[in-house]
Amino acid sequence: MTPFVKEHGIVVPLDRANVDTDQIIPKQFLKSIRRTGFGETLFFDWKRRADGTLDPEFPLNQAHFKDAIIMVVRNNFGCGSSREHAVWAVVQAGFRVVIAPTRVLDGNRVPAFADIFASNSVKNGLLTIELPETEVDRIFDAITATPGMKATVDLTLQTITLHGAKDETIRFEIDSIRKDHLLRGLDDIALTLEHATQITSFEAKHDTQLRAQPA
Amino acid sequence: MAKTLFQKIWDRHVAKELADGTVLLYIDRHLIHEVTSAQAFEGLRLAGRPVRRPELTVATMDHNVPTEAKERKNIADAISRAQIEMLEKNCKDFGVTLYGLDSERQGIVHIIGPELGLTLPGTTIVCGDSHTSTHGAFGTLAFGIGTSEVEHVLATQTLRQTKPGTFRVDFMGRLRPGVTAKDMILKLIGTIGTSGGTGSVLEYTGEAVRALSMEERMTVCNMSIEGGARAGMIAPDDTTFDYVSRGERPFAPRGAALDQAIAYWKTLPSDPDAAFDRTITIDVDKLAPQVTWGTNPGMVMDVTERVPEPGSVPGYSRVDVEKALDYMGLTPGTPLTDVPVNVVFIGSCTNGRIEDLRRAAMVMSGRQVAKGVQVLVVPGSESVRKQAEAENLDKIFKAAGCEWRFAGCSMCLGMNPDQLKNQQRSASTSNRNFEGRQGKGGRTHLVSPEMAAAAAIAGHFVDFREWK
Ligand code: SF4
Repeated sequence: MTPFVKEHGIVVPLDRANVDTDQIIPKQFLKSIRRTGFGETLFFDWKRRADGTLDPEFPLNQAHFKDAIIMVVRNNFGCGSSREHAVWAVVQAGFRVVIAPTRVLDGNRVPAFADIFASNSVKNGLLTIELPETEVDRIFDAITATPGMKATVDLTLQTITLHGAKDETIRFEIDSIRKDHLLRGLDDIALTLEHATQITSFEAKHDTQLRAQPA
Repeated sequence: MAKTLFQKIWDRHVAKELADGTVLLYIDRHLIHEVTSAQAFEGLRLAGRPVRRPELTVATMDHNVPTEAKERKNIADAISRAQIEMLEKNCKDFGVTLYGLDSERQGIVHIIGPELGLTLPGTTIVCGDSHTSTHGAFGTLAFGIGTSEVEHVLATQTLRQTKPGTFRVDFMGRLRPGVTAKDMILKLIGTIGTSGGTGSVLEYTGEAVRALSMEERMTVCNMSIEGGARAGMIAPDDTTFDYVSRGERPFAPRGAALDQAIAYWKTLPSDPDAAFDRTITIDVDKLAPQVTWGTNPGMVMDVTERVPEPGSVPGYSRVDVEKALDYMGLTPGTPLTDVPVNVVFIGSCTNGRIEDLRRAAMVMSGRQVAKGVQVLVVPGSESVRKQAEAENLDKIFKAAGCEWRFAGCSMCLGMNPDQLKNQQRSASTSNRNFEGRQGKGGRTHLVSPEMAAAAAIAGHFVDFREWK
């Protein structure tokens, strides 16, 4: 996996909450048996108007966001299915970072990202950043003021620097396990297989309750 | 120390605690299907790794498969066919048991797991599919994973996991006639929102839950993910033991082994003083049948209500509601019972089990589907189909004017030939009403099997409790 250390590029805004995996990658594209070729399928339906032509209103279609590598969205991004294809589509469309707000609604914390999406992201070198809602608003505002604005995301320092009218830096929190995995681009399976002996000794005493092998 | 059901299962499956605070959680059963496994096997091949415990992995095909007899023999869509053939090849090469299209027991992965006796209390089950939460109905720790994790389980029979929080959902009271398990779970999601359970494992408790059959418990646990939860669980009891003991379940223990297993399963329920991170109580005494009006399962209300005004829905911004209503083609203030349907889908891993079909058939019996309404009845598995046919349910459906199909995911996600057309409106017993989920431009309303069947007859939503 490609390590994530520091990235610099254009930020595209997608001002929608609860973006589900059926929108990120519609199911007709889940039939591939390969791990590549998903970039074009990202937001396939949202990118198009009813007649099938590209919708110039959709941010990802706009010229100044064409080469974006950072996406800023609203809360609960990636909800719905467990399909890792959603993360593959985001990554293969050129994105390295997705930023979303954690909201507090009626005393409850509404997360920035759905669980499975976030865990699939780490495994594909995609950095998901959670920020308070006010900070995310600031990013949306900065893009409105300077469309095509770039930003630098530094994972070591845990900072996002917006290069808008003037530079402003936002700090973000990230769980240390996730950070370490991304920085080192670790292969989980190889790491786990280092514990193969412990797994074997666990298996020797563990009952999986499997009683039969049907003919 | 007092432990919850979740904690007991978790503790028994920690194969190793890792330095970074995560654990290697041992996986007892791994279910796979055609859509999310191909790239995992590709990864194994590239790395030259074997499947560590092929006997603990079981495969089926469900998402892509056509549900009409003639198409099943010869799948027209070349890409779907390639995906299915790939699964056959992977199972053969790596020694994994497959319940394929030629099997009498093929079906939706979450329906056949319990049927085959793979789903047992106290075990861990994962599958590359978010509705793996279904299996939690047995007091099983079961959750959906991504394809990288599928590969990880194939290679190591473990997963790296951070311990989730616990969230108890206590359903008090008693369901009234015409109100179902589906309405309970929709009500919960409407209450906590589609991300209310994020980071948690739910445990459903309370007298309303104890009174549910296994099929109904599976409906509740199935949609835990729709509330954002990692998993949903219900403590095993006599209802559970009875289900596991009955029928032809090749993987379930029998005889002395079964008695021994039951003795163990009885130790699983949460200790009376076990602490949960969060608790919510929902009273089902006055619960009404639920219908979704928007584009996620949290956008739901009583069938007696009217389409909401933007700005009046707690938890959703004005824009969220406007966008949803615009997509759904609904006008605020319209009574839900005035909303007509074009298509009715009865099936899926939420409501495609035998009891669901029996209840839908009861509504349909001796009645006719409204003119112009297409009704698909799709058993969740081939076993369900055979059972239904043995009970002549297929005849009731066909006489009413429904299409009777073979097992598969069908119109739950429209990845196979069964899809909604642009702007068609469905009453669906499935679990997701996302934009385009059942077909591009399709408008989905989630309901119980009874409500779906009644809508099919009336041609619009009806309050099933007043159904004469
Ligand atoms: S029936 Fe629907 S939700 Fe269930 S596994 Fe199939 S596609 Fe997924």
